Amino acid sequence: MLCDHCGENEAVIHLTQIENNQMSTFHLCESCAAAKGLEPAANVGNLPLTEFLAQMGKGMLPEVSVDAGGCAYCGMRLEEFKQSGRLGCPHCYVTFESQLKTLLRRLHGSTQHVGKVYLPPDPSEASRQERLAGLRRKLEKAVASEDFERAAQIRDQIRSMEAAR
Amino acid sequence: MLDFLTLPDFGLGWLDASGPYADIVLSTRVRLARNLQGHRFGSRMQDSEREQIFERVQQATEKSSMLKSGVRLDMASLTPLSRQILLERHLISRELSGDGRDGPPRGAGLILGIHESVGVMVNEEDHLRLQSLFSGLRLAEAYRAVDRLDEELGSELPYAYHHDFGYLTTCPTNVGTGLRASVLIHLPGLVLTKEIGRVLQGINQVGLTFRGLYGEGSEVVGNFFQISNQTTLGKSEDDLIEHLERIVQQVIQHELQARGVLMRDAPAVIEDKIWRAYGLLRYARSLSFEEVMNLLSGLRMGASMKLIPGLSVYTLNKIMIYAQAAHLEQAAGRPLSEAESDLHRASYVRRILATEGDVAPEGDE
Ligand SMILES: [Zn+2]
Ligand SMILES: [Zn+2]
Repeated sequence: MLCDHCGENEAVIHLTQIENNQMSTFHLCESCAAAKGLEPAANVGNLPLTEFLAQMGKGMLPEVSVDAGGCAYCGMRLEEFKQSGRLGCPHCYVTFESQLKTLLRRLHGSTQHVGKVYLPPDPSEASRQERLAGLRRKLEKAVASEDFERAAQIRDQIRSMEAAR
Repeated sequence: MLDFLTLPDFGLGWLDASGPYADIVLSTRVRLARNLQGHRFGSRMQDSEREQIFERVQQATEKSSMLKSGVRLDMASLTPLSRQILLERHLISRELSGDGRDGPPRGAGLILGIHESVGVMVNEEDHLRLQSLFSGLRLAEAYRAVDRLDEELGSELPYAYHHDFGYLTTCPTNVGTGLRASVLIHLPGLVLTKEIGRVLQGINQVGLTFRGLYGEGSEVVGNFFQISNQTTLGKSEDDLIEHLERIVQQVIQHELQARGVLMRDAPAVIEDKIWRAYGLLRYARSLSFEEVMNLLSGLRMGASMKLIPGLSVYTLNKIMIYAQAAHLEQAAGRPLSEAESDLHRASYVRRILATEGDVAPEGDE
């Protein structure tokens, strides 16, 4: 299949876009895609994570300090993670932070959670503020999309948090 | 055998075909992966630690308005048949059922609300898998229900959470929101017009993923596909849900178009296919599960396109569940060999079509 843009080179990147509720697919060659600033998305598709990790090969997960010791809490080593695709404990995310960021960027296209902000059972003032900010973002969004039932529910959550102070 | 399983529709509220597009979308599921602070993840836990977690989660659910009057099941104390039935009802995962292993992992449990379509799997890959299951395409509602449950449990249990990475999960493919929303959708039109490959490829490219009806790596039977979000980090829960909803709406439109094309170009072939499927299901004496699923696909398309008058989607949904091996064994009250199972299945399908789907083919006039 030839590139939709230049019509000369073999298309290697197939991009599906959604505009005005219509799904359309573009087929682009490597250079036209690069010119548009597109990178082939990591097509994890239905691959098990371990295969994906193997496919990523060297350079994706930095080889540095592989044996500088594993996770202080659970003993998990980076090599083990590469084989199983499973982490050992919450602390592993801190231990392997830099390697995981590279992986998360490939998997999710992001390294930053922007969803729900969690409020633990005995919250500190900082996590309380973080949570309130998150709820206000959510409220704005619900109002903007005219989901008033949801907006009312979120507003109640904000009120009860402010009252509990 | 446990009493609850003899209740005819225990955990099967999602089957009632009440939701939007129920003739095309069988069900909507939203699950949230959560883990407890101060514990190792599942794969690195001792049995005693797993049991401790099940205990803590049970205590928390007693304070939850959505689960306190619910059912608590310790997987290890159930018979293999009961576990299989829960699996066939889509209430637990293969991993939690212990299928293909010596049995379920220690401390594996299911807590299910009685009046709400929500529940928690405990000690699956993550400590908690909160989930909701609805009939038809009801993503926003399903998310709202599981979100409410998450608020209730999260205020009792200290979740593992990181301000950059969000909710921490055993597998980095779930980290962030921990949210996996999926719809089980029936796409015979796209399969028959051979458009399905293109559509599935498109689905992959917009950050969604698909798989067949029964578990990982299994074959697609009956033209059912499960479409879900691929990424969990970097987008809010509402955005993930809205994106999936938008794409599924488009897939439905593509499916309806494909059916339109089929009826325009080959109406006789399609009607013949549907009525042959009806005839086989109505009169066959031995049916494998795959065969039933593939024939039901024709019937579901026929019912959806009003080509078979008087056949309800609910009846077809029921057959899908009750014609499975464990359900047939439970009805028979004894273990069945594969060959016996095929006989029992055919007789069940004949009976239910005779009582609920006895339609007069209008070609008889
Ligand atoms: Zn080009
Ligand atoms: Zn660790």
